[in-house]
Amino acid sequence: MANNYNFLLAGFGGQGILFAGKVIAYTGMIDGKELSWLPSYGPEMRGGTANCSVCLSDEPIGSPLVLNPNGLIVMNLPSYDKFIDTVVPGGVAVIDSTLIDKQCGRTDIGAFYVPATGLADSENLKGLANMILLGKLLKETGFTSIDSVVTAMQKCIPPKKQHLLEPNEKAVRLGMSL
Amino acid sequence: MSERVLMKGNEALAEAAIRAGCRHFFGYPITPQTELAAYMAKKMPKIGGTYLQAESEIAAINMVLGAASAGVRAMTSSSSPGISLKGEGISYIAGSDLPCLIINVQRGGPGLGGIQPSQADYWQATRALGHGDFQILVFAPATVQEMVDTVSDAFFLADTYRMPAMILADGMLGQMMEPVEFKDEEKPRTVDKPWATTGTGGKRKHNIVNSLYLQPDELEKTVVERFKRYELIKEKEVRVEQYMMDDAEFAVVAYGATARIAKSAVKAARDKGIKAGVIRPITLWPYPTKVINEAADKVKAFLCVEMSMGQMVDDVRLAVNGKKPVNFFGRTGGIIPTPVEVLGEIEKMAGGAK
Repeated sequence: MANNYNFLLAGFGGQGILFAGKVIAYTGMIDGKELSWLPSYGPEMRGGTANCSVCLSDEPIGSPLVLNPNGLIVMNLPSYDKFIDTVVPGGVAVIDSTLIDKQCGRTDIGAFYVPATGLADSENLKGLANMILLGKLLKETGFTSIDSVVTAMQKCIPPKKQHLLEPNEKAVRLGMSL
Repeated sequence: MSERVLMKGNEALAEAAIRAGCRHFFGYPITPQTELAAYMAKKMPKIGGTYLQAESEIAAINMVLGAASAGVRAMTSSSSPGISLKGEGISYIAGSDLPCLIINVQRGGPGLGGIQPSQADYWQATRALGHGDFQILVFAPATVQEMVDTVSDAFFLADTYRMPAMILADGMLGQMMEPVEFKDEEKPRTVDKPWATTGTGGKRKHNIVNSLYLQPDELEKTVVERFKRYELIKEKEVRVEQYMMDDAEFAVVAYGATARIAKSAVKAARDKGIKAGVIRPITLWPYPTKVINEAADKVKAFLCVEMSMGQMVDDVRLAVNGKKPVNFFGRTGGIIPTPVEVLGEIEKMAGGAK
């Protein structure tokens, strides 16, 4: 894949969509890239769908709004229906198959079905399905290194909650192993 | 050099204002600007500053008037409907020759409108932010870094010319995060304010800050004097970026967030062999009329792109002055134009002009 990553992360509010996006954005800081992070905001954040666009590039970012991602993480059905056809040919879609009981049938993209929410529950990583999916996205696109992801998580997790770093890292590595 | 940090546009604006010496913020919450006020609420008490959530936007802007009269760097921020409420106070501030900083993180209108990004307050900012003959300085940064860099300039120029300055942002710039670097100034650049009402100490005649002149000849004199200052500003303070304009045959004119989309579209047009470029006004008042007028001698046509039904396009047409066709493309109501749409418009313009 090219050096321009246009990622879209989508799901319900509370699934850690914006957080996962923030971790990806921070890897850009660590890797010395140009980057942007743009959340959806407003009423759709309250119980509806939450999504965020993250761009990583070697060049200044034009539009920070990602309409056609080359990497998609999707964690609920409404977002899946809305975004699965927007992925560019050759792109990657990482789908939480615990929550989305559909197969897209697209052969021009890499579609990966990861039962992330189920895995998070069974692996004692409750609430970290987002990071399992991020690990899978990392493995399939190679947008950065695992070291950068770990450093980024250190930055994104507030000082008082640093004990959460370990399970977050575990979740990312689990995602990478799938 | 200081460290690169990742910040939301709204928070970066607040931090930059604090670093520029602003210690008096008066506001009222409104989406998509609220993070700015929230940041001030958190920081100001810790550094001996004032954060005050007023009972309304009207109250907040009049508190700015009061604080500015006392010579301090004062600011307020809001989003479109809230800025309309501030209109009266801004006219009073301009009529009293007071400096201040106003931030408008625009959202869709009219009325309560929506909360998604918009640029439909261009006319309001550059033409009629209140009643009477007056202008304010209007800056339109396009990145979070540029927003940060603009804040200290806006305060300094407002102080220098004794007038309100506005940063005209939008929901996209306010909500997005980008890396920023705060260039540490030794000390904020300041301007002496002998006119400020700081107490005479019994040693001088008292200063009066006022916008009421009941004698027409007196009022006319103050307005004419102010417009002389405006002429000086038009000469000295215009800011504009020209992107790929050296050999451009087609110029896209856009500001703020839309200019980023225009740049993406122009790059794509270049890949297709269309020589396009972007003229990006960074100051909307004073407007880069001269740059656009000169470009009109070189390019075949213009395309103005905005998140509105077409407001800045008026200024483009005035600057082009009939020399070349000026096309317009806009989305409104909170819809952000896409690079593909803008590319389509560039292709249409290039096809039509051959």
